[in-house]
Amino acid sequence: MNKPKKPSPQIKRNEGRHQDKNERIKNFDEVALGFNLEEALIESSRCLNCKTRPCEKACPVNIKVPDFITHLYNEDIQSAVLKIYETSLFPAICGRVCPQENYCEAACVLKDRFGSVSIGRLERFVSDHARKNNMLKLPECEKENGFKVACVGSGPASLSVAAELRKKGYDITVFEALHEFGGVLRYGIPPFRLPREVVNFEIENLKKMGVKFIKNILIGKSVSLDDLRQDFDAVFVGSGAGLPSPLGVKGEDLIGVYSSNEFLTRVNLMKGYKFPDYDTPIYVGKRVVVVGGGNTAMDSARCAKRLGPENVTVLYRRTKAEMPARAEEVENAIEEGINFEFLTAPVELEGDENGRLKRVKCIRMELGEKDQSGRRKPVPIKGSEFYIDTDVIIAAIGQSPNPLIQQTTKIETNKWNCLVVNENGQTSIENVFAGGDVVRGGATVLLAMKDGKVAANAIDEYLKKKSEDRRQKTEGRKQKSDK
Amino acid sequence: MEYKPQERYKIVDKIDISDVISKHIIYAPFIASSAKPGNFVILMKDEKSERIPVTLVDFDRVNGTITVIIQSIGKSTAEINLMKKGDSFLNVSGPLGTPVEIKKWGTVVGVGGGVGIAELYPIAKAFKEAGNKVISILGARSKDLLILEDETIKISDEVLITTDDGSSGKKGVVTDAIKELYTRGEKIDAVFTIGPLVMMKFVSLTTKPYNTPTFASLNPIMLDGTGMCGGCRIEIDGQFKFACVDGPMFDAHKVNFDSLMKRNNGFKDFEKQSISEFERTHKCKIGLH
Ligand code: FES
Repeated sequence: MNKPKKPSPQIKRNEGRHQDKNERIKNFDEVALGFNLEEALIESSRCLNCKTRPCEKACPVNIKVPDFITHLYNEDIQSAVLKIYETSLFPAICGRVCPQENYCEAACVLKDRFGSVSIGRLERFVSDHARKNNMLKLPECEKENGFKVACVGSGPASLSVAAELRKKGYDITVFEALHEFGGVLRYGIPPFRLPREVVNFEIENLKKMGVKFIKNILIGKSVSLDDLRQDFDAVFVGSGAGLPSPLGVKGEDLIGVYSSNEFLTRVNLMKGYKFPDYDTPIYVGKRVVVVGGGNTAMDSARCAKRLGPENVTVLYRRTKAEMPARAEEVENAIEEGINFEFLTAPVELEGDENGRLKRVKCIRMELGEKDQSGRRKPVPIKGSEFYIDTDVIIAAIGQSPNPLIQQTTKIETNKWNCLVVNENGQTSIENVFAGGDVVRGGATVLLAMKDGKVAANAIDEYLKKKSEDRRQKTEGRKQKSDK
Repeated sequence: MEYKPQERYKIVDKIDISDVISKHIIYAPFIASSAKPGNFVILMKDEKSERIPVTLVDFDRVNGTITVIIQSIGKSTAEINLMKKGDSFLNVSGPLGTPVEIKKWGTVVGVGGGVGIAELYPIAKAFKEAGNKVISILGARSKDLLILEDETIKISDEVLITTDDGSSGKKGVVTDAIKELYTRGEKIDAVFTIGPLVMMKFVSLTTKPYNTPTFASLNPIMLDGTGMCGGCRIEIDGQFKFACVDGPMFDAHKVNFDSLMKRNNGFKDFEKQSISEFERTHKCKIGLH
């Protein structure tokens, strides 16, 4: 096709097409529509192919951004996708949920003058195009090396460990407590941000590569970590941060009070939005309040909106500028008609005689001194209490790791109950490694994948060394007996 | 131990105990191998089903099977009870929950109501095997809803039966039987109760003045059963606990039953909608209203 000469940085950055805001609040289909081939080629022409490669350096998994964009520009999508796969395992997922504005796109030299290259959307285009056109071959796996590794949880951290180690010839078993695989990609992130066919595709591929997936087994309850590490040569714990934080206010046992985990799991994993065709109900009533300012709060609010209440209001105790959610998702939420009450926190929940939530008492906040995190601390303004009538409140104020593993096996944790690991992802137990949210608390999909990669390499080294030691020992013994 | 993926979980035998109660024996070797009395599992018939928690009634490590008894109380349970021998569940997860600590108390009284009788059975059996004197109190609305009577007799030193209409045992409620034990001077060292919430609440109120250690198996609305959603939270001594991982058995004297009873009504309207949908498509009344 007729495309602009490369580089043409002055062309306006393309943010990609979106489903119409009035339509999308009636469905759970993907909101961001991405690029078609023509749009992708035009956007790719904007890249300067900088020698210094700031984007690649800023990427947590160091995707060779300028190279894949060059291949794309040359309309060689096969090479482009292979280039991405050299360092990233699940680009169709990362292209959608990675906060590129903090990484590659933040480092792009075009950022201030013309707007960064839309790297995330290009990554997504390349991987979607390759998937839809069957351009992806399964990676080659080395011959079985006889070592067995277990992955606890089937979220992004475990999936990347599984992929990396399977390629190296390990026998991998992934344990999932729920009935479908993918962890937060399945129960947490809604399909309108991450369509399920993308997740299914990656899991199917891993199955084809020979990774064993076992559903319905909860490690820490059904089997202890101690038992598991006897049955496997090494264990990777990627069980995420599944314990919801309560609001800590009066009235939390009222009907209509959800944790974001419960709300999102009912909607996304159990497909509550298809009730009564699917059996799991989800109640939103007429008015919904969401508490929190992160991506989970945005996901909860936007899911709630799609279930048809009259209004959805987000309470956040700081201002818009401090919100930890991706800017893009906040904009999407605003476009979808979600209200925001900034500098506001709930102080009490009130119910009726049947124990149903009726209203939430709130208080206004102001920003005071900076706290340890360097952010200004919200402090309540005395006498500013007011009420919001609501049927449902969803607490999306953070998660910590599920404590089951730590309760049944002695392993070092920090004060937030996160597993403590060294720079290789190794825990205080020799053959147990960990990564992702179980180590970081609530972080991102991409960091979880990165941790998985680091741990996979460390497990590989650890087990190779172990077998080498064993070999030397037996050889030593043999030599002795030969003498 | 070897871990093998299991895609489906076959019903190797199914016995209808009454119109609304069925016993399912399911092939689930992993669960059978690691289950303990008091554990529960979560069933899903197919992809569209709800996740239904049910306490294990029995497990057979040799044949790799588990036994559950289910009463049709809503669409999902009715659907499960329509399944036949040879059909299979898409998902059975577990064993979940904290097993009951089996130790020598002395005299243990088990109080079961409705299908709770079935769930009480493995626990009472384990206590008996641990050398306790076991007195079982079984309560039901009427004779035809009374289950596992013979099995319970086998593992108990004494069995007291109460029915609302007097069609079996004494006319009355389980708490009458407990009071009878106290009156005749029986020294009760512990009480374990499983059944409808109101029943357990009154069992708890009955034993409280005597300070008899009393444990109730709670059944809040559950979703994941892994401690992730908090939907199963219950107030124990003013603090929230998750029934799916910390329980389901709790010190009954510390449970806020009233709050739990209210919470369990949370999805009533949806349940009604599900049932009428079910009756319409199956062209039958299941009489669950
Ligand atoms: S059922 Fe979700 S935490 Fe217990």
